[in-house]
Amino acid sequence: MKMPPFDYACPATLSEAIALLSAHGGDAKVLAGGQSLVPILAFRLAAPKLLVDLRKLTDLRTIKITADGVALGAMVRWCDIENDTRLHTAHPLLVAAVAHVAHYQIRNRGTVGGSIAHADPAAEMPGIAVTCEAEIVVMGQAGLRAIKAADFFQRALTTALKPDEIIVEIRLPQWLAGRRWGFQEFARRRGDFALAAAALFYDPDVRGRAANTHVGVIGVADRPLRLPSVEGVLNGAAIDAATIAKAEATTTAAVDPDSDIHASGAYRKALAGTMVERALKMAVEQTP
Amino acid sequence: MKNTFIGTPMERREDLRFLRGRGEYVDDLKVEGLLYAVILRSSVAHGRIASLDTSGARKCPGVHTVITAKDMPEGVPIIPMRLQPLPEFKPYEQPVLAHEKVRYVGEPVAVVLAESVALGEDALEAIGLEIEPLPAIPDHATAARNKSLLFEATGTNGSLVFHARKGDADAVFRDAPYTRRERLSTGRHYGLTMEPRGVMAQWHAETGRLTVSGAAKVPFFNRRILAKQIGLPEAAIEMIENDVGGGYGARGEFYPEDFLIPFAARHTNRPVKWIEDRRENLMAMNHAREATADIEIACTRAGTILALRGDIHNDMGAYMRTNGAVGARNVCQFLAGPYRVPHVKVDSHLWMTNKTPVGTYRGPGRFESNFFLERLIDMVAADLGIDRVEFRRRNLVTQAEQPYPIAHVQPTDAKDQYDSGEYGAAFEQCLEEIGWHEKARLCGRLIDGRYHGLGVSCFIEGGAAGPKETARLEINDDGTFSVYLGTTSVGQGVETIFAQIAADALEVPIDRIRHVHHGSTHYVSEGFGAYHSRSTVMGGSALLDATRNLHAAIRAAGAKRLGCDASAIAIDGEKVSSSDGRSFPLSELAGLTAEGTFQNHHHTYSYGTHAAHVAVDPKLGRIEIIDYVVVQDVGRAVNPLTLKGQVIGAVVQGLGGACLEHLQYDDEGQFLTGSLADYLLPTATDFPNLRCVITENYPSPDNPLGAKGAGEGGIIAAGGALANAVAHALAPFGAEPRTLPLTPSKVWELVGRKKG
Amino acid sequence: MKTRFEVNGREVEVVVEPRLTFADCLRHHLRLTGTHVGCEHGVCGACTVLVDGKAVRSCLMLAVQADGSKVVTVEGLSNDEGLTPLQASFRKHHALQCGFCTPGMITTAHALLSEEPDCDADRVREVLSGNLCRCTGYVSIVEAVLDARAAYKSGTR
Repeated sequence: MKMPPFDYACPATLSEAIALLSAHGGDAKVLAGGQSLVPILAFRLAAPKLLVDLRKLTDLRTIKITADGVALGAMVRWCDIENDTRLHTAHPLLVAAVAHVAHYQIRNRGTVGGSIAHADPAAEMPGIAVTCEAEIVVMGQAGLRAIKAADFFQRALTTALKPDEIIVEIRLPQWLAGRRWGFQEFARRRGDFALAAAALFYDPDVRGRAANTHVGVIGVADRPLRLPSVEGVLNGAAIDAATIAKAEATTTAAVDPDSDIHASGAYRKALAGTMVERALKMAVEQTP
Repeated sequence: MKNTFIGTPMERREDLRFLRGRGEYVDDLKVEGLLYAVILRSSVAHGRIASLDTSGARKCPGVHTVITAKDMPEGVPIIPMRLQPLPEFKPYEQPVLAHEKVRYVGEPVAVVLAESVALGEDALEAIGLEIEPLPAIPDHATAARNKSLLFEATGTNGSLVFHARKGDADAVFRDAPYTRRERLSTGRHYGLTMEPRGVMAQWHAETGRLTVSGAAKVPFFNRRILAKQIGLPEAAIEMIENDVGGGYGARGEFYPEDFLIPFAARHTNRPVKWIEDRRENLMAMNHAREATADIEIACTRAGTILALRGDIHNDMGAYMRTNGAVGARNVCQFLAGPYRVPHVKVDSHLWMTNKTPVGTYRGPGRFESNFFLERLIDMVAADLGIDRVEFRRRNLVTQAEQPYPIAHVQPTDAKDQYDSGEYGAAFEQCLEEIGWHEKARLCGRLIDGRYHGLGVSCFIEGGAAGPKETARLEINDDGTFSVYLGTTSVGQGVETIFAQIAADALEVPIDRIRHVHHGSTHYVSEGFGAYHSRSTVMGGSALLDATRNLHAAIRAAGAKRLGCDASAIAIDGEKVSSSDGRSFPLSELAGLTAEGTFQNHHHTYSYGTHAAHVAVDPKLGRIEIIDYVVVQDVGRAVNPLTLKGQVIGAVVQGLGGACLEHLQYDDEGQFLTGSLADYLLPTATDFPNLRCVITENYPSPDNPLGAKGAGEGGIIAAGGALANAVAHALAPFGAEPRTLPLTPSKVWELVGRKKG
Repeated sequence: MKTRFEVNGREVEVVVEPRLTFADCLRHHLRLTGTHVGCEHGVCGACTVLVDGKAVRSCLMLAVQADGSKVVTVEGLSNDEGLTPLQASFRKHHALQCGFCTPGMITTAHALLSEEPDCDADRVREVLSGNLCRCTGYVSIVEAVLDARAAYKSGTR
């Protein structure tokens, strides 16, 4: 399982990195934490001619929290999110989801940008990005552009990134005070990719009914999905047992996952509903 | 013989190097001029090799040569079976390289030799291998139809049927007051080792000698096979056992690479190293455990087992490997487990399929048969309205019935009997330990969203396979002793255990046993190895014989030197003395050596019970083990610390096989579980609540140590115990698990949601 | 390509292909064979080393990425003679059998205990869930790590 041969560059600036990608067309790949890319190379599922290592781009390692929300530099690692105590209030849903990512050693190197670019359908970060309507900010030869998460993830392992573009930042919208949220994931073992997961939040109105509901599911399609039909069930409703049951059933009806070596499609379909149900219960039980 | 060290939970000597990263595994070895072997493996499950063009690969940078079947003009050697080498199996044995057909994804087709592994792998892509696909045989049912044949010459995909017989089961079934028939199956998994396999071979042309490193398990057997295949006398081949990263039955059997790498060394006249990578290991190390049982049980209405009858279908993979028949034989021979079953008629069918070939994995055939019978017992007890604990109590073999004869298996003429033990006593103790009587009322109850259940399963573990073993003792320059063993290490702590036995037998402090060497063929004249839980019994007993022989040699030397009768010589840890007080230090006898052997024709039977308390989430299908207890009687524990380690380690492997691990193929024989993200091993968070109790109530009557092989009991009953616990947790749904592994998806289906 | 880094307190320079993993570099170029390779795709943890104080999977790192780093391997976590308190705890609890996963376990446990000497059993299991062991069944390893906390709390590690 030795990797195929490639050249390696470790540029000191972002523009250098982009120039390298540009010069090589689709034959160059970005190396961030390497936790997803290196196994792909070890299995010879890809054979890029050049790896462009971003590790010197320290500007991409910051976590900015402002009134506009949370901006994660693309090279921010899972351990950085874990250790940034501001995020417990600034974006608790992000923190809850990231707690499920992989394992201790991987969390010390794996990056937010890497996960987003890799776009595994069962990964937590793309799921959070889609659920929270994040913007993926990328830089290429043509300059900076912000891509809506819903448009960014196209299919399994396929994104809207052009060959010369590098993710620089993931912008999560401002997290409102009083917001209720839930995150539930079930995996075969701790740290595995989700068999299914649900991320959701809503802003209770003055009567305690849900508003601005965002419900996303992970691992049950070729990319993370928002579920407007479920959001429709929840918006304007009191989140009681009946509503939760209806949301669960609506979720199950809304997804059509494939079977694979780990689980049947029917199981995953039901599991998605259970994840939404339990995430809603989690939201309801939160102390404000 | 004193018992200062035997029976104490001593810390291990081998830890001193392992903890510091100073172990020496085969990939840690390096010699000058090494070439690295990379193997081209078939990516097609079944087909005819139309062409193999290595010319492109030979031109790749760093490539020295590419070996194919063409380089073996006298014919491609075939790997003979080591155990149960019946003539019926001969046509199904594996050639070291595929040359006319390929029969499984992963089958070796060619060997690239290059200056580095990376360059070798680059060259693989330049090899032109054309295969004309043939219809694949993806399972035993397809094999049985015999429409597509793996071996056209034999006309059948069924290599053999074992017949296990005792009494007259057909007669009993004709009149039985109660019978139940079930179809149950265990999924394919294997004894994955954390260290993949590896071989390093050095050919010394000037002396015509071959040195092979990376040997394990049965180096003497393997040397015999290699010598024949490569055309050298055995004495010209040295097999060296280095540190070994796990065995579990899978590592150390003779594989194609065990010929190919030494052959490559001689062919190129350069040392050659091959280190298996994990992708290869998943598809090339022996698979195991895939069996489907169609069996029925006959009982009295009062719950006495009368007979077992049926068929077990074993998915053998593409070839009969050195020990491939063991599991299939065991599954029928030991189907009755520790229970009194007077009549048995079970046929065990060996079906060849287009999958990786099968070998033994800890508790071969026993894990499967335990699951089959224990599930059946729970179902039957429920039918008859008898408490399942009471049912077992009535049918477990007692010490009064020992030795208890079991089913006779043909055509291998396997006849055996259990040796000693009150199986019910271990059973009761296990129930007590887990608090069965207090917790039984939890079965089927929904508490905090999860259904609770208890399960129990009883096992016997065969150990101490013969025919014999050898050990050697030698006096070192400083008067300390070195032990040399024909048994091998697979990580179980032989260096410590044998130091304990030697120290007690020689009646010296333990630090006088300076070294324990194991495995390599230059240590003893003849060795047999580590398998079937035999090392402690066989090696230990051989060591006791070696001690007697060394004592005799010391006395003879002492008598000569001190001019007295041998019977007047006394030996303590450091000197040899005569009765009149004259003495000389033992160090003056440096180099004095004696061998010992132990022959054994009686297997030992350790036994015990597993009990599990689970909580099942009906919507996730998740099984949490709240408590899990094993009680195992081992006859005599040489080192209780390492023995407990064996039991707990085996339990986790068993639970892995019961709910996580599954080697999967599609209908074309394509291998689907090619990474550790697909083949799921237990981790530290999966089964944290495990306990074991070791008892020594019934020593083995058949060896001087009184020990019974005990490395496998922890795995044998794990599937049965877990499945029974889940069945009782999900009793409100009428759930009856009949297949392993019990994945969340499968458990959810048991709860009753329809499958889409 | 030239790569310079410090390993176990010693400055080294190696010339390697970009595709060489850091695990292979340590094992074959520097002959630090204590770090083991069990899967080469980042799952088993046998290859765990400390890079700039953090436990990482050296099979998922390119050797060239180690440039400028401070690296500690199991050899660097060992004394010339005898065992460290963590190693002694592993030995006492029989937390190893074949020894292949052990360097990874030691390195990961050391990283955890250095940062969190008060960790509880659940945390130990969570962190070690990224290190596969096939022999022990993990129970004794968790016990060993918990027992070693005292040494890290008192600073006598």
